[in-house]
Amino acid sequence: MSQTNHIGKGPNRVDGPLKVSGTAHYSGEFNVPNLAYGYVVSSPIAKGKIVAIHADEVRALPGVLEVFSHDNVPHLAWFDKSYKDQIAPGGSPFRPLHEPDITFNQQPVALVVADTFELARYAAALLRIDYEQEAHETNLETKRAEGFVPGKGKTGFQPPPPPRGNPDKAWVNATHQMEAEYAHGAQHHNPMELFTTTVEWRGDGQITAYDKTQGVFNVKNYLMGVFGLGKDDVRVVNQFMGGGFGSGLRPQYSVFMGVLAALELKRSVRVTLTRQQMFSIGHRPNTLQVVKMGTNPDGTLAALQHHALHETSQFEDYTENIVNWSGMLYQCDNVKLGYELAKLDIYSPQDMRAPGAASGNVGLEVAMDEMAYAAGLDPLEFRLRNYADRDQNVDKPFSSKKLRECYQQGAAKFGWEKRTQEPRSMRANGKLVGMGMGGGVWDATQNKSAAKALISADGHLTVRSGTGENGTGTYTIMTQIAAETLGLPLEAVTFELGDTDQPEAPIQGGSWTAASVGTAVKNACDALGEKILKLAQKQDDSPLKGAKFDEVEFVNGQLRLRLDHDQAVVLRDVLQASGETQLEADSSATPNMAKQQGYSMHSHNVAFAEVEVDEDLGTIKVTRVVSAVAAGRILNQKTARSQVLGSVIWGLGMALMEETIMDHKFGRYVNHNFAEYHIPVNADIPHIDAIFVHEDDDIVNPLGVKGIGEVGMLGVTAAIANAVFHATGKRVRDLPIMLDKLL
Amino acid sequence: MSQPLTSTPYTGGVPAPVPTGPVRLHINGETRTLQLAPWTSLLDALREYAHLTGTKKGCDHGQCGACTVLVNGLRINSCLTLAVMHEDDDITTIEGLGTPENLSPLQQAFVDHDAFQCGYCTPGQICSAQGLLNEGRAHSEAEIKELMSGNLCRCGAYVGILDAVKEVVDKESSDVGA
Ligand code: FES
Ligand code: FES
Repeated sequence: MSQTNHIGKGPNRVDGPLKVSGTAHYSGEFNVPNLAYGYVVSSPIAKGKIVAIHADEVRALPGVLEVFSHDNVPHLAWFDKSYKDQIAPGGSPFRPLHEPDITFNQQPVALVVADTFELARYAAALLRIDYEQEAHETNLETKRAEGFVPGKGKTGFQPPPPPRGNPDKAWVNATHQMEAEYAHGAQHHNPMELFTTTVEWRGDGQITAYDKTQGVFNVKNYLMGVFGLGKDDVRVVNQFMGGGFGSGLRPQYSVFMGVLAALELKRSVRVTLTRQQMFSIGHRPNTLQVVKMGTNPDGTLAALQHHALHETSQFEDYTENIVNWSGMLYQCDNVKLGYELAKLDIYSPQDMRAPGAASGNVGLEVAMDEMAYAAGLDPLEFRLRNYADRDQNVDKPFSSKKLRECYQQGAAKFGWEKRTQEPRSMRANGKLVGMGMGGGVWDATQNKSAAKALISADGHLTVRSGTGENGTGTYTIMTQIAAETLGLPLEAVTFELGDTDQPEAPIQGGSWTAASVGTAVKNACDALGEKILKLAQKQDDSPLKGAKFDEVEFVNGQLRLRLDHDQAVVLRDVLQASGETQLEADSSATPNMAKQQGYSMHSHNVAFAEVEVDEDLGTIKVTRVVSAVAAGRILNQKTARSQVLGSVIWGLGMALMEETIMDHKFGRYVNHNFAEYHIPVNADIPHIDAIFVHEDDDIVNPLGVKGIGEVGMLGVTAAIANAVFHATGKRVRDLPIMLDKLL
Repeated sequence: MSQPLTSTPYTGGVPAPVPTGPVRLHINGETRTLQLAPWTSLLDALREYAHLTGTKKGCDHGQCGACTVLVNGLRINSCLTLAVMHEDDDITTIEGLGTPENLSPLQQAFVDHDAFQCGYCTPGQICSAQGLLNEGRAHSEAEIKELMSGNLCRCGAYVGILDAVKEVVDKESSDVGA
């Protein structure tokens, strides 16, 4: 029996004790000596020019160190490319404090730095700025006719595939048809932790930035480019992030401001955004979608058309994959997908949990429900009749796809068979009851990552990789992988992350961390294992003499022959006998392109939701959700379940609560705080079941993991919207579904 | 169209900030005298002056609960109160409930039930729950959900939070009964 098989079990988080005791340090919690505080001043207008900044008035206050604005910012990098981060979309990135022009409301226009936070805030409130206002446009509706097809877009963006078959004719000739338009407003990530940077001035132009980010290397490269810093001048650290959800994929203006002030004042500086300012750093864009579907007499899809238009800023063409998924989730030979952007006087949108997919999924999966009703079919039966065994977008088989099992296990757990098809046909507790479903698909991606493994003579293993931990469980799963690879208990392993002094890892996002960094960690531990084997074989009378690496295994603190477990040595004895104080190995991992090129690699899910609607009040209560996920191998049952539960709650928020409301008169988000931007609270949470459908896949990566951060959110929003229709007979096509839309 | 937007008329010289003064607080059993401006919130006093960063800032407006601490045993949003109003008060923060090596029952239950992801709302959640326990409130699942709803969790760890609090509430009430 092995006690050192950790993968797939559900140990507690290794960073749990730090997080529950207030001893995990987030970016704003490095209280370095002689710290000054910066407070950002935001523009109250959406478009125009700064005419004057009366900075001298507040500069005169004792304790105020400086007021930074376009008036006095020193010469920084000139070309756009210096400001482009790893995932910048096409266009010209926003340059904070660069020019007097205002291009979006809440644009940061000044940074007041003072000896204390209270003083900086006070001075910022007093800072008078005169603006010349110009007419702005923030309403996507007015730009419907001005949509344009974006160019190359950011890394990971795939333009929709060209049409296949004859989608127009097939739709016209279909037995049953549907056509509908779907909309949702802007949504903001709103991680609980505010964007914060503590910049430690190390002297001699060198700094360490403790920054809230999902990618320390991305931030480091950005800072080097913008401020002309050398590799050794800047170190970026993030060991704990208080939630990201995509908001920390790109460097935010908080880190720009903090570094600017630290370099100019030659002093450590902290800059923290307010919750209100958290609505000026990117968002899921306001999106309009049109879906048309038609069926054949046997209930198979005859035609599918999906078009999306969303907002972007005047300066960048933010792109996401909204409609592409509609060409691959169901079997259909006549498909047309369209994708356009429209420019508004707003800040650039930014990837937010399941970017693109979460939006497109609502259009597709609510339309599937509408189509099922039009064709007189049960929504689950309709999906089964249109099951895709191949990815028709790229005409390749899936590396693995257990969506059918998700349907079966999810429906069984939920009790879908008890549902009666007719809307308004189910009641309980004096309320209308509705049951709905939706499913989704997300990419299984692996990106190049590196890791270093070190083992000390006492047998303690340390593994490092500059990835991130924003709640996904990175510390824990990497510890499990490392410990299992070298046959150690979890306590004998420390995983370190979030530091640009460590081997480089990609930005943490896209659900690729487990696959990417996990594989690098495994490779580094294997490389270290080979060194340990060589050491063991050097010893006299070694029972492992002549054994090749693939003939041995590391289990329970021992190194032994796979085929003869009695031929074993104790790991610690080997290390101690060798006289080495420490052994180390570096390795990296890249996707196995040769193996993967013939396949489409994706995770899938399905969600079933039950709602109760009070017809008199229009209130909606989600009572139950079952989410079944097929995402390859699950590394940690406990943290994976938490990710899926959290995703379901995100889906619930998107369905019923979340919307950042723009007052078009002022071009300003008006509910930019937690009292008015509603997210689910404990009392809103239904009973949730998460099911992981077993899926083996050795094509995606050696660990067989696909990632679960995004896929669990798909399907949920549509399932709830469809359940509301089933309960009430009212089809609400603009999210969130609030009570006024039902009355 | 172009129209000027000018800030409030200048009346000559900005008013100087009010000077700082000593404030005595009993934090986690230790008496600390901090030199504070009168408009320093209790939250900022803890984080920036007492260097107890376990208490979190999520909104600074009493809307999220991340800053929850116990003042004389009662739950309070520390961002909504000024430090000077707490001269000589007993303040318990997350650091006062337990340490990584010696977690309180609630802290351990949060770890066991995976009642957090990023951990940023967690100190506030635990202090709120500790407040409920101190007050002898929250007996049913529905009550716990309602009374814990002032603490937002963007990661959506609510199911684990409920299970963790319920475990400790149930255990305490059975201990009392025994
Ligand atoms: S920080 Fe105090 S309630 Fe949000
Ligand atoms: S654990 Fe991340 S906000 Fe609650």
